[in-house]
Amino acid sequence: MSKPDRRHYWRTNLRYLSILLTIWFVVSYGFGILLVDQLDTVRIGGFKLGFWFAQQGSIYVFIVLIFVYVRLMNRLDKRFGVDESE
Amino acid sequence: MNVQAWTFTLVGLSFALYIGVAIWSRARSTGEFYVAGAKVHPVLNGMATAADWMSAASFISMAGLISFMGRDGSVYLMGWTGGYVLLALLLAPYLRKFGKFTVPDFVGDRYYSRVARVVAVVCALFVSFTYVAGQMRGVGIVFSRFLNVDINHGVFIGMGIVFFYAVLGGMKGITYTQVAQYCVLIFAYLVPAIFISLLMTGVALPQLGFGSTLADGSGVYLLDKLDGLSRELGFHEYTSGQKGTLDVFFITAALMVGTAGLPHVIVRFYTVPKVAAARSSAGWALVFIALLYTTAPAVAAFARTNLLTTIEDVPYREAPGWFTNWELTGLIEYQDLNGDGRVQYRGPASDVANEVAIDPDIMVLANPEIARLPNWVVALVAAGALAAALSTAAGLLLVISTSIAHDLLKRTLKPDIDEKHELIAARVAAGVAVIVAGHFGIHPPGFVAQVVALAFGLAAASFFPVIILGIFTKRTNTYGAVAGMLTGIVFTGGYIVWFKGLYPELNTAEHWLLGISPEGIGTLGMVLNFIVAITVSRLTRPPPDAVQRMVEEIRVPRGAGEAHEIRA
Repeated sequence: MSKPDRRHYWRTNLRYLSILLTIWFVVSYGFGILLVDQLDTVRIGGFKLGFWFAQQGSIYVFIVLIFVYVRLMNRLDKRFGVDESE
Repeated sequence: MNVQAWTFTLVGLSFALYIGVAIWSRARSTGEFYVAGAKVHPVLNGMATAADWMSAASFISMAGLISFMGRDGSVYLMGWTGGYVLLALLLAPYLRKFGKFTVPDFVGDRYYSRVARVVAVVCALFVSFTYVAGQMRGVGIVFSRFLNVDINHGVFIGMGIVFFYAVLGGMKGITYTQVAQYCVLIFAYLVPAIFISLLMTGVALPQLGFGSTLADGSGVYLLDKLDGLSRELGFHEYTSGQKGTLDVFFITAALMVGTAGLPHVIVRFYTVPKVAAARSSAGWALVFIALLYTTAPAVAAFARTNLLTTIEDVPYREAPGWFTNWELTGLIEYQDLNGDGRVQYRGPASDVANEVAIDPDIMVLANPEIARLPNWVVALVAAGALAAALSTAAGLLLVISTSIAHDLLKRTLKPDIDEKHELIAARVAAGVAVIVAGHFGIHPPGFVAQVVALAFGLAAASFFPVIILGIFTKRTNTYGAVAGMLTGIVFTGGYIVWFKGLYPELNTAEHWLLGISPEGIGTLGMVLNFIVAITVSRLTRPPPDAVQRMVEEIRVPRGAGEAHEIRA
């Protein structure tokens, strides 16, 4: 792998990380802690929305984030020819 | 069959299963002993990680705590799951690419320093011993409550089982036993939860059930009913918080980062064959953990509602059987203060005096009895709690034995030791660790509960920053790493010892730094570690070229197979 390729690969990885970790922060610390009282004014069935994010929603989003990252990185590894399928 | 006969049968069957699996998968080389030969399928590794991670505390205590804390209990739910996102995105793939066996291996090699390695080993040992003592105690408690075995004998039986498969099987034996233990524990957790959800709301999925209307035809939502009951009896509203926002923020962060820094969790990602597998394995681990962690808040709400409706203002003579049974163990205490012969269970805001004290730990164990579920379900919970405690204990014992045989002996004290003797040393270390853990289980030091906060705080404030900096910056050098780790440990440890050990009477919000409780201080310790490590590294000379090339290498997946020089 050439030097510019290496840089490009790593930059792209860092971009994925910053986007995904922003979402990670917003659903847990944002919706579940900092904005919980504001969101609680909205209701979905028996759940207040902030309470739901704190006790259920954030966990579901965490799972989705990891599998999205797995997909993105598997594609990126292939594009740069550094995947492990050889 | 009565509850006890069912319990003996189910616990006996599950133990036979674990031993069978252990014999089938015993380790023959150090590679198999430390990291299962790095050949574990990512989904199975995810399952084993989940069992490793979910301890007696997750299984027995967590839902009970949430049930009494209400919304504030979310710190555990988010804190103990969000860490897996950090693991999957920031740690697992790179540590797997690095290869080797342990966290101190990485710290020692990346920071080309024996001091850094030894600091890391000491932290790993401290964190693991703290944890394992609690697990052995949990085993003893389950035995004594459900099987009427003396608590010490319970610990001995638990030690025997763990000794057998951890010492014989190493990581390979533990991994496959943990897969079996996960199946037992999740089945044992979900069955009563689904039963209770159906009974109370008519919805089978507990995750949906606790947001549904009650099955009694009133059309009232369960959580609204619970909020109403709580207010009426003088408790705080279940779905609102009591703790300060900043404190909740810091506790959640300390638990998340602590999870990502725990050596027995990190080491699991060395056992998969590829970097891509390490990423997806963390995802599967979280799927399996979430199955329990999204059920727990539902169980908490059901248990709380049941508790408030079944005992409040009931004549003591007519109190349900479970109430008097648990009174015998001292975990429920009732005192008829106003002498009316009835039970008054009230919160601090009520003008009627509260007459009942309930230990949160009983909520999960007593829940099936409270909801009058069949005997085999009650017995199943005991088998599940044992699976949770044993699987975590085994994972921790392995970290302890690896730290001693590999990090201390092979890498520091006696580098010329051959594979055969290193394997013997690892088995002896595991054996000794089982005995020490058993000792703590029988004679629990009074500080076990307090030091759990310390274990998470220290993991957050010591390992996490130096591993992240080791991967994402090339400039961080040995001076920065050692200074950062020491700052994090001394600050966090000092703060916790100050409030939990030396001056417990000062342990209230007005004395805390910025209103942060000792449980959350690890987050600040982590931030300090980052700042010190970066600053000191900038002021001293950069790491050697070889180390910088190593950092370049671990950022790219290809070649992970070869990096693992363990074919024995």
